[in-house]
Amino acid sequence: MISLDGVTVHYQSALALSGVTEKIDSGEWVGLIGPNGAGKTTLLRAVARLVRHEGEIRVDDVAVSSLTPKRLARLVAYVSQQPELPPDMTVGQYVLLGRTPHIGYLGFETAQDRRVCGELLESLELEAMADRRLATLSGGELQRLVLARALAQQAPVLLLDEPTSALDLGRRVEALELVDSLRRERGLTVLSALHDLTLAGQFADRLMLLGNGRAVSTGKPDEVLTEETLVQHFGARVKVMRSDDGDLVVVPQRTR
Amino acid sequence: MSTTLPRPGVAPATARHEVQGPRPALRPVSARGPIIVALGALLGAVVLGVSMGPADLSFSAALRVMASHLPFVHFHSGVSRIDADILWQIRLPRVVLGGLVGAMLAGGGAAYQGVFRNPLADPYLLGVAAGAGLGATAVIVAGPHMTELLPLAAFAGAVAAVSVTYVVGSTVGRQGATVSIVLAGVAVAALLTAIQTFLQQQHAQDLQAVYGWILGSLTVATWSEVVLILPYIAVSAVVLVAHRRLLDVLRVGEDEANSLGVRSSRVRITIVAAATLGTAAAVAVSGLIGFVGIIVPHTVRLTTNASYRVVLPVSMIGGAAFLILADIAARTVLSPSEIPIGVVTAFVGAPFFLFVLRSRRVGRST
Repeated sequence: MISLDGVTVHYQSALALSGVTEKIDSGEWVGLIGPNGAGKTTLLRAVARLVRHEGEIRVDDVAVSSLTPKRLARLVAYVSQQPELPPDMTVGQYVLLGRTPHIGYLGFETAQDRRVCGELLESLELEAMADRRLATLSGGELQRLVLARALAQQAPVLLLDEPTSALDLGRRVEALELVDSLRRERGLTVLSALHDLTLAGQFADRLMLLGNGRAVSTGKPDEVLTEETLVQHFGARVKVMRSDDGDLVVVPQRTR
Repeated sequence: MSTTLPRPGVAPATARHEVQGPRPALRPVSARGPIIVALGALLGAVVLGVSMGPADLSFSAALRVMASHLPFVHFHSGVSRIDADILWQIRLPRVVLGGLVGAMLAGGGAAYQGVFRNPLADPYLLGVAAGAGLGATAVIVAGPHMTELLPLAAFAGAVAAVSVTYVVGSTVGRQGATVSIVLAGVAVAALLTAIQTFLQQQHAQDLQAVYGWILGSLTVATWSEVVLILPYIAVSAVVLVAHRRLLDVLRVGEDEANSLGVRSSRVRITIVAAATLGTAAAVAVSGLIGFVGIIVPHTVRLTTNASYRVVLPVSMIGGAAFLILADIAARTVLSPSEIPIGVVTAFVGAPFFLFVLRSRRVGRST
């Protein structure tokens, strides 16, 4: 679904991403992990074509650089780390923004667009809030809302930059469960930066560890989440354990 | 305001899959109610505007005079010649011009606020005021024989100033960053104002004329000013209103708008160009009337709905009504002398705006 071939991104003279090559299958969830500044956000932004890249990025076998912005937006939905949430915008208006790639330049939403959004709000349990202003929503509700807006694009690829960073523990798991069930229901391909290594290991099919702009390790969670790799790239002491359920648990250790 | 969707029946889990069942569709954003209220205010302002003044004339007389000017209609107004002239040559063009200028300043302000995502943005942000001020000052100090060129010079100065700002601001900063455009506007405005002040100081005898223009006035309004600016304002208004949905998309920021398939920098330059042309035309005939571009759109936002589908058209209608009313105050309060209309808009507008802001905050916290 997504193929990256030697993807390189420069910010002025600094190299943010260097020769990342990978194939991501349709319906797969790949988690991007790595220390701050490793290039996770840059890679997501390159796929969404929000930064210029060298090398080739293909989505659904089409080079993203050859697509019009509108066609790209029908293939790829992107949720940034801290989405702008205008406090006086209503929930309904916000979700409808997601239909923009399906609406002509000076056009307006049709009844069909409003129906798609109404159903999305219902499936994310936000339908009772359609007329509420964003300022009145809780963190968890906003997280679901942002997902609803991205899903309204009806794009097969979902790019999520730290989708849980603003949430408490319970809401984090809830949000990731939601992404997981949505991708299964709708057959979405998910590429997401994930901060929490334990959760990354539990939810993603595969992990890609980025370090200094390079993909240093890619594979199943138990292949990537090893003490040796993590110590080397995060510069922290960690212990990787198995929980009773067989899940990997990454525990940071104090440096004493 | 209801906070739930009108969705008959419960059990949505099953009903959702029935083809005939009620489907939860979002209601469309409607601006009808606020537009009707604003049109009512505009009508009231027009009635007051044509009937108030030193000569005692009624609105029905004004209507009859207007009817007598309709083409192909041979209608005798029954109003005396002098009264008819006062209405047709003095009051009516002034009301129409005030309406056009007010609509443009308020609509332009709303558009600038949307494009730069800055609540304090107004139509003068990128140098319209400073450029027009310099153009007008240059003509005034050049001597009385040049007066006819004043609107043209003000318009040219305004458009040139914004063009310089936009070119410099968008090449200096990070691609797509609006902050550098705004900062370039501050710098360009400061430079042009410095030149304008210098010119003004060198020609102290023209100080009053320059100052009078800067404070804004509709004193010279005739039909020829209306005809002069109408095309610019009409085009500008059509372009801005056509972009009202895209202005809503821009509210979520550059990245999000781009990821939604909108070429945000192209949309932005289109809107800025339209708002600038219209504002420059308005300023060219009315001088620098401040504050309308900020208080009117914000009052609309705070009292109705923040969507540009509502804010843009309602600000335009409300701005027209507001400036007509302000002009009535400007010419009647100290009659027969006039107060500069810019003084009235600030004097009346600022406290009113603070009142709206305060009552809205109180309403929000309860």
